[in-house]
This record gives sequence, C-alpha cells and structure tokens, in this order.
Amino acid sequence: MRNYALFVLLFSSITTLSQNCDNTLTGKVTDIHDGQMLVGVTLTIANTEQSVQTGLDGIFTFSNLCDDTYYIQISHPYCLTKGFKVRVFEDTNKSFKLEHHIEELNQITIEGKAYSNKSKTVLESTLNKEELERFSTGTLGNALNSLSGVSSLNTGNGVVKPIINGLHSSRIVIMNNGVRMEDQRWGAEHAPNIDINSAGNLTLIKGAAALQYSGDATGGIIIVEAPRIAVKDTLFGKTSISGISNGRGVSINSRITKSNLNGWYTSIQGSLKRTGDTEAPNYLLSNTGVSERNASIKIGFNRFDYGIEAYYSIFKNQLGILRASHLGGAGDQVRGIASPIPLIINDFSYDIDAPRQEVTHQLGRIIGYKELNRRGKLSFQYDYQLNNRLEYDIRRGDDRNKASTDLELITHTVQTNFETNKSNTHHIKTGIIGRYQKNYPDPGTGIRRLIPDYTKYDLGGYAVFDTNISESLIIELGGRFDYTHMNVYKFYRTSFWESRNYDILLPEIVVEEVGAQILTQPKLNYYNSSATLGATYSFKDNYKLFFNYSLASRAPNPSELFSEGLHHSASRIELGDLRFNSEVGHKFALTLRNNNKNFSFSIQPYINTINDFILIEPVDVRQTIRGNFQVWEYRQTNAQLIGVDVDASYPINKKLKLNHQFSLVKGYDRSTNQPLINMPPANFKNEIVYKNSAYNNLRISLQSAYVFRQNEFPNTNFEVYIPETETSEIVDFSTPPNAYHLLNFNSSIDFKTSNKTALTVGLEISNLLNTSYRNYLSRLRLYADDLGRNFLLTIKLNY
Amino acid sequence: MKIVQFLSTAIFASALIFSCSSDDPDPVVEEEVITTMTITLEPFDDQISSVILQTQDLDGDGPDIPEVTVSGNLLENKMYYGSIVLLNETEDPAENMTEEIEEESLEHQFFYTIENGLDAITEYNDVDPDLNPIGLDFVLTANAVSSGSITFTLRHMPTKPNTGLEDAGGETDIEATFELSIQ
Repeated sequence: MRNYALFVLLFSSITTLSQNCDNTLTGKVTDIHDGQMLVGVTLTIANTEQSVQTGLDGIFTFSNLCDDTYYIQISHPYCLTKGFKVRVFEDTNKSFKLEHHIEELNQITIEGKAYSNKSKTVLESTLNKEELERFSTGTLGNALNSLSGVSSLNTGNGVVKPIINGLHSSRIVIMNNGVRMEDQRWGAEHAPNIDINSAGNLTLIKGAAALQYSGDATGGIIIVEAPRIAVKDTLFGKTSISGISNGRGVSINSRITKSNLNGWYTSIQGSLKRTGDTEAPNYLLSNTGVSERNASIKIGFNRFDYGIEAYYSIFKNQLGILRASHLGGAGDQVRGIASPIPLIINDFSYDIDAPRQEVTHQLGRIIGYKELNRRGKLSFQYDYQLNNRLEYDIRRGDDRNKASTDLELITHTVQTNFETNKSNTHHIKTGIIGRYQKNYPDPGTGIRRLIPDYTKYDLGGYAVFDTNISESLIIELGGRFDYTHMNVYKFYRTSFWESRNYDILLPEIVVEEVGAQILTQPKLNYYNSSATLGATYSFKDNYKLFFNYSLASRAPNPSELFSEGLHHSASRIELGDLRFNSEVGHKFALTLRNNNKNFSFSIQPYINTINDFILIEPVDVRQTIRGNFQVWEYRQTNAQLIGVDVDASYPINKKLKLNHQFSLVKGYDRSTNQPLINMPPANFKNEIVYKNSAYNNLRISLQSAYVFRQNEFPNTNFEVYIPETETSEIVDFSTPPNAYHLLNFNSSIDFKTSNKTALTVGLEISNLLNTSYRNYLSRLRLYADDLGRNFLLTIKLNY
Repeated sequence: MKIVQFLSTAIFASALIFSCSSDDPDPVVEEEVITTMTITLEPFDDQISSVILQTQDLDGDGPDIPEVTVSGNLLENKMYYGSIVLLNETEDPAENMTEEIEEESLEHQFFYTIENGLDAITEYNDVDPDLNPIGLDFVLTANAVSSGSITFTLRHMPTKPNTGLEDAGGETDIEATFELSIQ
C-alpha cells in the first residue's frame, strides 16, 4: 500500500513537471466471463468527445494524449456502459473488461430462462416462474407432479412427496437455493419443507448425473432456485391472493425485489396459507386443515467477477392428518378399510387437531464467489439448517397435548466449488464438501425415540468434466467420493436386542443396560463412490440424443438402520437393521428429443438396477396387549426399475396447442421376482391450451389425466382373527384402487393497470367433474376418497 | 479473499460450538403405556374362590408376546363381580393407569366379547358422568358347564352411547383374550 502511494506521488509529480501530449493509449476490451475479445466497443474520453472503436481483434488506440488522468466511457450494445479512470504516462497500455451478458440477464427476468444446465447429458425438466405460479397454493410436490416421470406419495393434500421414476424419500435429493435439504425426508409421510412461492425455477434431473450436488440420488435431484435478479436499477414486486373453495381457505403470497446498478440487491418474500377441512366428493375429510407461514430474504452483491449473497428462509407449517386414519391394531384396520366412508366424519372446522404435524425448517446460506482471471469461477459456501418436527397423536391423560415425536435436526455444511469457463469446448467442475449433522430426539415426549440421537460427519469431493468433441457431440464424465461417519446413541429393547442375536454379534457397542432397555453406541462408516458418463449428440437440426450412465451410492438412512417399534401413523411395527451397507444404483438413461416448432417430443427410456436396495415388507403379525400389529422389516435385495417417459407437444395453430405426457415404470425385486411396492401406475396426461397474447395474454387450458390401475403389486395382505365376529378377516393393505380419470381446468388473463403494474386474474378448477377416486400412492386411500372439486381464484398484482 | 477467510473462521468456530456436547442420552420414560391388565372375578358367594385373569406385555410392541394367565375355573350358576386394574410396569414403581381411564371415562369404554361356546353373560356395573358404561366394573354370570373364551377390548374415543363393538368406533387401546372354563 505504501509503495503504491509512493508511485502515485511520483507519477503525479512527473505529470506536473513535463506536459507531453503525444502519448498513445492502447489496449483491448474483453468479456469478463470468458476473456473473449469484444468487437465494436466504443470508447469515449469524457470532455473531449474523442472516441474510438475496438477492431476485430478487440484492440483500440487513442493518440495525442497528455500525461494526465482521463475518464473513459466504454459502451457496447450488449454491455452495460461503464466508466473508467485511466492515468496516462507516456505510451500506456490498458485493458478493460466488460460485463457482456447484461442483455442475457435482462432476459432472464422476463422469460425465467437461462438457468444454467446442471448436467450436459441428461435431459432436464424444468418449471419456470410462470409455470410455478400456477401452483402457488399447492406444494412443491404438486408442481413436480406436472412433469412426466414424477408422481407423488401423498398423505392427504398437505404431505406430497415426489416420486421420480419410481423412487422417493432418501433416494431423492432436493437442493434448495444451493443447499441440500436435510429435513428427515426418510419418512413416507414427511413432505419436503419448501415453500413453492420461494422458488423462481425448478429443475428435475432423473437420476444421479449431477454429481456436483450429491452422489446418492439414486432416484433423482430436484433443484429449487430463487428468482434471478438482474444488475440494474429497479424495484419490483408482486402480490397474489388466492381463494380456495375446497378447504375454504385463503393463500397470500408477496415478493419485493430491489436491485441496483452497483450490484447490490435485496429480495424479500413471504407467504401465508390457511385452509380448513377439505372435502371428498361425498363427504368431509375431517382434520385435514393446513396452516403455513413462510418467509425468505436474500441480500447480495453481484459484480460478475465477484459477489456475495446471504439467504435465509423459514418454513413453518401445521398439517392435520385425516382423523379417520388414526387407528390401532389389525382389528381396527379391518373396520377402517371395510367402511365405505371414513370412520370419523365431523362438522367442517378450521381446527387442526391430533393427529397432526408441525414442522419448522430454517435455512441460512452465505455464498461468495470470485471469477479468477480467465481460469474460472471459485465459490465458497456455508449453510446452516435447523429442522424441528413435531408429530401429535391421539393420546391419553397428561400426555394429551404433548407431541409424540419431537426431532431436532441441525446441519452445517461448508463447501467450495470451482468451475472453469475459459474454454468454449470443455468445462471442469470440481469441489469439496464437508457436513456436520446432529439429530436430537427429545425424550420428553414419553414415547420411545423413533430416530435415535446421532451425530453424522460427511466429507465429499467431486470432479465433472465435459467437452465438445465436435459441434454435435458433447461428452461428460464425472466422479465423486463421499465418506460418512455416524456416531449413534440408540436404546434397544432388550427383548429385540436378544431376538436379533445382537447380544452375541455386537456386544462391543453396548454402553449400559437400563431396565428393559439397552443403550448402545454404534459407530458406522460408509465409503460411497459415484460416477457419471454420458454423451449428447445433435443431429438433423432439431434432434438430440442423450445417453447417460450414472452410478449412485446411498448410505442407509437412520430409519432403515434403527427403526424398532410401532410406527403409529402407519399402524405397523417397523424393524430396521444396523448392519445394512450402502445401496448402489446403476442407471442407464437414453433420451431422444426433437425440438421442432411444428412438433416437439422427447422419449426417455431408462433402466435402473440397484444392488442392496433397501425395502420394507411385511414378515409377521405380532401380538401385543393393544391387539395384533403387522410387522414390517427392512431388507436388502437387488431391485430393478424399468420405465419410459414420453412428452409431446403439437401446436395446432398460433394460439392452440396440444400437450401430451405418458409415464410408465415397472419395479421388481430381482431376488424374489416380486413387484416392488408403491410403484406409480402408468398414467397419461393430455392437455389443450389456448393462448392469445393479443388478447391480454388470455390462457385457457383443459387437462385430462388418466391414471391406470396398478396391476403389479406385492400381496402384503394378512389374516387376523376378530373376536366379536368370531371370524378371520383379511386386512387388505395391498390391493390397489381402480383406474381413474380427472379433468382440470385452468385459465388466466392479464390486465395492464398502469405503466408499471399489471394484474393477472386466474381461475383454476381441479377435479372438474367431482370424481370420486382413490390414488394407489396415497397413504390415506385405505380410509377415504381423494379430494373432490376445487375452485381456485387467484388475483395477482405485478408492480 | 478476506470474505472467504472470515467465513471459514466463522464456520470453524460454529462447528466447534455445536459439536461439544456428547453426554449419553436419557432413556425415555413411557408414561402412557399399559403393560398389564388384571381382571379380578370375585364371587358374590364368598365360600368359593376368586378367579384372576392377567395379561402382561412388558416389552409393549417388542417381540415378546403378552403373557396370559388364568388362575382357575369359574363355577356354574355363580355370579362374579369383575373389576379391571391397569398398570404401567415400565415405570418403577409401577403406575396405576386405571385412574387415568376413570378420569377420562367419557372417552373410554371396555367391551366384553364371549365366544366359542362359553356359557356366560356380562353386564356393566359402572357409569361415566353421562350415565353411559365405562366397563372397569362389571358383573359376570357363569351359567352351565362349558368352556370358551372372553375378550376384553378397551376403546379410546368410542361413540358413546353405542350398542356394542360394532358401532362403537374409536381406537383399540387393549385387546386381550382369555380361555375360561365353567365347572
């Protein structure tokens, strides 16, 4: 610093001494991102109006300059005009960098496009801002459901868990604004804790190909990104209010964004949703109300060659679970399943009673990045997540208002990533990641811990390389390694410990015996490798062929390892095994895509073979003082999923368009050749869309969704003796419900209310014909029909 | 770069703070569990002995099945006072759960199902504040010589009043079957 000051002093003194005015200033102007020469850039010296342009080589020359300080304005059609201060002393050489992508960035906010590709050799499905807004009163799962190959595992209308190509829960990784969601996602009745309104773009990758995010996504990766903010002086926002007929609720969502030319930006978003009991076509679904409160804030500074951003979001919800689904043992199940209507139907209410879930998920992230001169972009990220899950059951006595599950999951992650961008033909992405996680199940619930106390450490590293072999061929190659260490404290029932022979096999992990329980301290290590190899070939103008092989390894989750007892919401006893090893998936995916204006389609067949696949299946019926319960035990086997997703789109004319989707997946346990449970049945979606941009952007669509009956399922029914009738009855958990067809209507129209504001009014009617149906993938299908007709009226103001 | 340095320091510090607790967790006290149901059948006629039925399931939904004992046989043409005591023996000392049922009698009811040829009848001998039966106390009449079984079912949140298990609804908290003989 001192030297610099000295230099300045020296130079300025020289300037005053000799006034030499035949200096030249030469240099080049380059793109700050990839170092490319910029042609046709105008450079103007302030106050003199002397101006020159860069030539084809990106070089400019000013002549006849004095030893002085000049202000030079540099402008280019695709860049933001920028001013620089230049000190000229004799013949000077000075180069400038411009933000060449400003035009592209402005488009981002308009079209919601240009989010970078996450993988080069897998066709990604995306939902942009406009499409996401149609789901603003729903859940993330509802939005994803609109993509081919995605279905959802539901527990009522509030818990919607995405299933990608037949796989769900721990096999799906969700990236929320660059943060891997850690929110007890193993449970079938645990939905992702993300507010759909906080998202600006949603990307789905079917499979584990995007290794920069994770190596264990045997099912797929869902990437949720906040809306992009352009570097320009602007203040904009939107507010929408929706009325929901089914559930008699309301939803409000608002976002305001301020950004400045100097790079600073802020965006604040909040949403509220409150509904009461929903209705099936013929009856009320008691205790299915939802209350949701979410907010997020983003503050950042973006200079293209460096930047920093802080993001925080809080997601808080309260979900009622259908009252009639809370039952005791097998005898109660027989009653619940046999009854044509839910066993409990009360009057309409906004109350959210037990059984219910209350989840709070907080997420914070700080990311900083720097463009390293022509080498690439280096970023560093720290994120923190705090997930608190409370589940309330119907309880007795003093415990009546106490949660029966109270889990607190804290996760800290640090990562650093590097991405090259110097070359147009090949890119390298690489990074390392470290994660610390702690789960604390509060023993104050008075119910044995479902998930034990544990601390978990992850360390991972990856590298992905892609190259354009020729104009039409891209090859992608990547590898990742993850090490996971778990330090667990788990109480086992002595009777279970001994029945599993753990007392002989694993005596070393016993810490102490407490009454009829044994405290153990298992320390588990997993070494997981994952890889991807793929190619994309473009031919005949609009055709693209994608091929990808991905190898994914997933460590067993705490529920698969440590379950040991009654899982109340499923009315069954679940048993895990702490000796499980990681499951390893091999997925081959092929995609043929034609992106033609007259007819576009994509066909995506795949085959996913998973070794040591962890599944749960019924093995026994256990007699307890509370009656008989079915025992489900986790087991490892080799599984295979084969399927195809087809998308097609055909514009009849400029205003009318047909969209089609078809998905089929078959899953088998290869050691027994039995079908896998909960495989989504084949389904068709056909839609006709009318859109007239000349008439206030009027958009009307009618969608027909046909879901076939799942004919391949494992028979997990069992017999139970019912004393009051003196008969044995079959508890039919497995028979899938019939096929069904739903019609959904959607419309919206824009009104320009002033120069800067626009009003959009939308009307959506789902299940237009009020069809009674049951969905094989809904956990409540045994007890009640799915939702009936719903009118949704949305008024949105953009300003 | 300073930002990166600052961040890494901050993260390191927070990681240290959050990773410092490693005390063994406490076992959960299961306050709500019913492990043991004892039914005492005390004869009206004090010349003959009582019969005690018990089911005990100390590991709850663990692998051990409930231990069911019947102390003896009933005698023909005799009437017995029946009373039910519920215990939570996972706690030490064992907690009497009967009181909890009495306090929440509006939300609970016992049902008795006689089957497989046992020639006996039961009658409720207690009422909740709405004058509907609870079933902790009952009267059992043993008729002719026979044998069969009797099942005791405790329902939580049944519809009250009801005509029996068929329309009672609710959730089963206890279901235990005993083999009995009348001599």
